[in-house]
Amino acid sequence: MKMTIEVLEVNGLATIQDSGRTSWRRFGVPASGPMDVFAFQAANVLLGNPGGCAAVEIGLGDVSLQAAQDCVIAVTGVGYQLSIYIWEFPLWGSFFVRAGWKIRLNKTDHGMWAYLAVPGGVRTPSILGSQSTYLRGAFGGLEGRQLQAGDRITAASHFSYELAGQTLPAENRPKYQENPILGVIMGPQWDYFTKESIETFLSSEYSISLTSDRMGYRLEGPPLTQRGNKELISEGMTFGAIQVPSNGLPIVSMADGPSTGGYPKIGAVASADLPLLAQCVPNQSRIRFRETTVTKAQEKYRAVFEGLQKIVPDE
Amino acid sequence: MQFKPRILPLGDSSLLVELGDEIDMAVNQRVHALAHLIEVSSINGIIETVPAYATLLVHYDPLVLSYIQIKNYLREKITQVEEISSRKPRQLEVPVRYGGEYGPDLEFVATHCGLRVEDVIRIHTEQIYTIFMMGFTPGFPYMGKLDNAIITPRLQTPRTRVPAGTVAIAGSQTGIYSIDSPGGWRLIGWTPLRLFSPESETPFLFSPGDEVKFIVERP
Repeated sequence: MKMTIEVLEVNGLATIQDSGRTSWRRFGVPASGPMDVFAFQAANVLLGNPGGCAAVEIGLGDVSLQAAQDCVIAVTGVGYQLSIYIWEFPLWGSFFVRAGWKIRLNKTDHGMWAYLAVPGGVRTPSILGSQSTYLRGAFGGLEGRQLQAGDRITAASHFSYELAGQTLPAENRPKYQENPILGVIMGPQWDYFTKESIETFLSSEYSISLTSDRMGYRLEGPPLTQRGNKELISEGMTFGAIQVPSNGLPIVSMADGPSTGGYPKIGAVASADLPLLAQCVPNQSRIRFRETTVTKAQEKYRAVFEGLQKIVPDE
Repeated sequence: MQFKPRILPLGDSSLLVELGDEIDMAVNQRVHALAHLIEVSSINGIIETVPAYATLLVHYDPLVLSYIQIKNYLREKITQVEEISSRKPRQLEVPVRYGGEYGPDLEFVATHCGLRVEDVIRIHTEQIYTIFMMGFTPGFPYMGKLDNAIITPRLQTPRTRVPAGTVAIAGSQTGIYSIDSPGGWRLIGWTPLRLFSPESETPFLFSPGDEVKFIVERP
């Protein structure tokens, strides 16, 4: 029997995302995909799904859903309280939900994104090889748009009761915190900036503007000054690249960030730390940058994502 | 004078190969040649490449390829680019309805350049343009270079909506809006061709590196 969950209410931004849309960035199509890659993958691993299956990304506000049939779901993320029927549960687990029970994710203060996975992934059409939603282009996911009341989320696979009751303990997750220090690989245009600005960048606190979104996190803090007037011709961009437009305020490119850009890039956030950045709260979190090397960043990435192997039964 | 190619990290999962630092046809051809070389060698761990004017961004999986490995691989490919003869690019014709409601900025361009409208059209359609890169929106081609005579700066304030198919110029570039979007370029005409069809087996009319010739649409 098909496993379906009905969306009752969305007070924020909920979209279907899989691991992302690759192979089309040379045509101007951003990769999209989840803002917090670790939490997204963990939700799938908790259900024994193949990596990258489409899940529901929930951001910025409360969501409530209702199971139309018995089902098993996994929920991960930061900044949400989960209740199923009359009970509350911590995130980062897999749960049995009886037909008719309501699932509520209530937004708390300290985080931004949650992921709800279903067995086999959410069933939606694949556009340009991916089920990720690209909101600007209005394609992918569920009809190229955010979820709304009345939408039905269908699982691609049947479930089994054994999938429920798993958890990913906190020590195997990234060190989410309100004021993280993010590793940055400097360049490719860090030499466009004055020495003082580079020092400022690597020693100051920045907050995240409320105008931030899935395309980019706009930072507020000490502006950065360029040495000369060198114009940069457009080049490829990536999730985590830090662009600095003429007002000197850095913008970190996020999941829906454009595939190319013409502003100088002072550096790029280490992939291992992107989940920490994604879960920062606008106007609240204070972030700092610390220089790191590619090799160290890759080692940390391996170490952090190895945590996904450490699913255990919930006691 | 020779630009020394550089390989720079953009984070821990992509590398920027710099083959030049300005908009130049020969450099751009080498960028596309390098992209093609990488594509046909299909090495495990390279996710995709994104060509731009003078650079190629290589997205890779750091769990499969280490920094040293991919740098060495790319160094080798760069030397091979100089040796191979360039492939003949694909050429496409784009029919355009110039001016009027289709190109509200055509008169401005003519006046700005001290030309008659017919001259602007003639000059725009005379040349074969290379698609240097694609970006901004899915399927938007950055083409050049425009003849000096019709170079026109972009708008100070972008329009909030430019219809898909609109042919435009900005600086020494010409482009075609691939989907309805905001736009800061000068709008000189419109093509009925569809640049982006997400449900199709061939979603994009153009590929980076293609050559484009604009022609006046027969009414």
